[in-house]
Amino acid sequence: MLRTLYDKLWESHVVHQEEDGTALLYIDRHLVHEVTSPQAFEGLKLAGRKLWRADSVVATADHNTPTQGWERGIEGIEDKVSRLQIETLSTNIQAFGALSYFPFRDPRQGIVHVIGPEQGATLPGMTVVCGDSHTSTHGAFACLAHGIGTSEVEHVMATQCLLQKKSKSMRVLVNGQLGKAVTAKDIALALIGQIGTAGGTGYAIEFAGSAIRGLSMEGRMTLCNMAIEAGARAGMVAVDEVTIEYLKGRPFAPREDQWDRAVAYWRTLGSDAGAQFDATVELDASRLQPQVTWGTSPEMVVDIAGAVPAPEDFSDPVKREGVARALQYMGLTPRTPLTQIKIDKVFIGSCTNSRIEDLRAAAGIARGRHVAANVKLALVVPGSGLVKRQAEAEGLDKIFTDAGFEWRQPGCSMCLAMNADRLAPGERCASTSNRNFEGRQGNGGRTHLLSPQMAAAAAIAGHFADVRELLS
Amino acid sequence: MRKFTQLDGLVAPLDRANVDTDAIIPKQFLKSIKRSGFGPNLFDEWRYLDHGEPGMDHAKRTPNPNFVLNQPRYEGAAILLTRDNFGCGSSREHAPWALEDFGLRALIGVSFADIFFNNCFKNGLLPIRLSKPEVDELFAQTLQQPGYRLRIDLKAQTVTRPDGKVLRFEVEAFRKHCLLDGLDEIGLTLRHADKIREFEARRRFEQPWLFA
Repeated sequence: MLRTLYDKLWESHVVHQEEDGTALLYIDRHLVHEVTSPQAFEGLKLAGRKLWRADSVVATADHNTPTQGWERGIEGIEDKVSRLQIETLSTNIQAFGALSYFPFRDPRQGIVHVIGPEQGATLPGMTVVCGDSHTSTHGAFACLAHGIGTSEVEHVMATQCLLQKKSKSMRVLVNGQLGKAVTAKDIALALIGQIGTAGGTGYAIEFAGSAIRGLSMEGRMTLCNMAIEAGARAGMVAVDEVTIEYLKGRPFAPREDQWDRAVAYWRTLGSDAGAQFDATVELDASRLQPQVTWGTSPEMVVDIAGAVPAPEDFSDPVKREGVARALQYMGLTPRTPLTQIKIDKVFIGSCTNSRIEDLRAAAGIARGRHVAANVKLALVVPGSGLVKRQAEAEGLDKIFTDAGFEWRQPGCSMCLAMNADRLAPGERCASTSNRNFEGRQGNGGRTHLLSPQMAAAAAIAGHFADVRELLS
Repeated sequence: MRKFTQLDGLVAPLDRANVDTDAIIPKQFLKSIKRSGFGPNLFDEWRYLDHGEPGMDHAKRTPNPNFVLNQPRYEGAAILLTRDNFGCGSSREHAPWALEDFGLRALIGVSFADIFFNNCFKNGLLPIRLSKPEVDELFAQTLQQPGYRLRIDLKAQTVTRPDGKVLRFEVEAFRKHCLLDGLDEIGLTLRHADKIREFEARRRFEQPWLFA
């Protein structure tokens, strides 16, 4: 029987199965952060339960943490409610234990989906869960990885298992050569534009094809990260040399005596040739253009050369109404070319695009140029303390600050604006994050999603711009 | 967990597709370390004209009179009628907590986002998927008839309209069983503790690098 990667990952984790197919899946890695865990720990306490396997837990504070004022320590977190949540995580980890905890200000602290892979705590063949929808990121390592709710966080803590029904399988085939400055982010946005934000609902997506093989691990993480924006809980990519090379020498990667054995197993983690998928979607990489969203859902996206649509372009009345509402919220007039839309702020960061490769790409555009006068704030927030250190070793921080960007401490920051970094009502932002929902980056804020290169180009131009015109 | 068996409830229509969990409960309320008290901030940015922050006195805030849940005819609604892809985006369980705390017990829509759909079942909240024509008719009837109510029977898997028409819905057997009896899933899973240990021991032998 020919099996998909998803079949292999699923079958190797089933502990027990109910009559209706609901399975008890064993969980190898549980990533924990401050926002979705306190109620789960509280539940354990009330029931007198312990962690089933503390050594499966990797924890960090990322959502609430400020990106400046670190020198003042925990007192630097001015929002007392945020501070309590961050302190509660520390108290809980102290009481319950963990394999690793990277608290606020630890040099290895950062966005949970950046530090997992960075530490080698995400390994091929694992099931990875976290109380965060962007857990799909880890699928880049041929993991079955998805977000869960807090009740499920508690369930995994207490039982090391998750109750799951198997999803259908979708293969997204991306063949061809990506053009200059066209990135994994553009593949993700173009895919969502094509299948819609519910297009992947009920599916686990495997990304395959020559363009995917050509992506770095950072690119694959960006792509799998956005699988959830297509409605799929999980996205994944088969293991190849790129995967193995990335993992070599990471702190939690297999030790020398186990490395070869692990690699031999990992090489089996791909779909068998001829395995059947419930759905297949194809994209031609060579035809993809840099993407920019114009609306309040990631599916509201166009090529940089495109224009804002009009409600009458859509026949479905619910969709038409949605487009009209989005245009109003975004303060946009139909038929406006994207390159004529001016921006107020720029955010380069988030679990989608805050890794070293993203920062290098954005710095490559910012080098020797300056942020436009109409841009009030251009923020660069590295994904982790280690990404920040690496970027500084390469002088990227200097390139950014010379160009008028602010260089901050790591965390989720303005992707969801739980800390002090946010948009004011009506402000328009070019953002490398993953969601352009109403109010996502601050009440009344207007978010446009794009790649790091495109965000840097927008910062320089003061409006959306085709980054390819800045390349020599 | 609270049981769900039958419900006879007032219906409120939220006529939008792709309602995301950021809209259901905005991020500033996620700083709470409790799992209750989110109801007053359900749909905060749509429901109030002023900006909401944790700890505000809701009585002093300005409700948006145009928002459906602020209209007197929908006061006390227990069933929310919606469109496609309700609950998309963030995995925050604060979304079902807020819906439940507000007084809603069931949601009816064409489709729901996966993680949100799961989270509902953990909180005694029943998400029901019906076909687009069925949902279209429910919207039309709700708008036409003040005080429009529906009867939901989980055991029979039916939604009954005031005109007597019965709509059937699908629900997975295991979820239904848990919801009907209000079962504690952790307790249920721990009945398989020996199987989990056995699986774990095998895994530790086969892939020792996964264990510290």
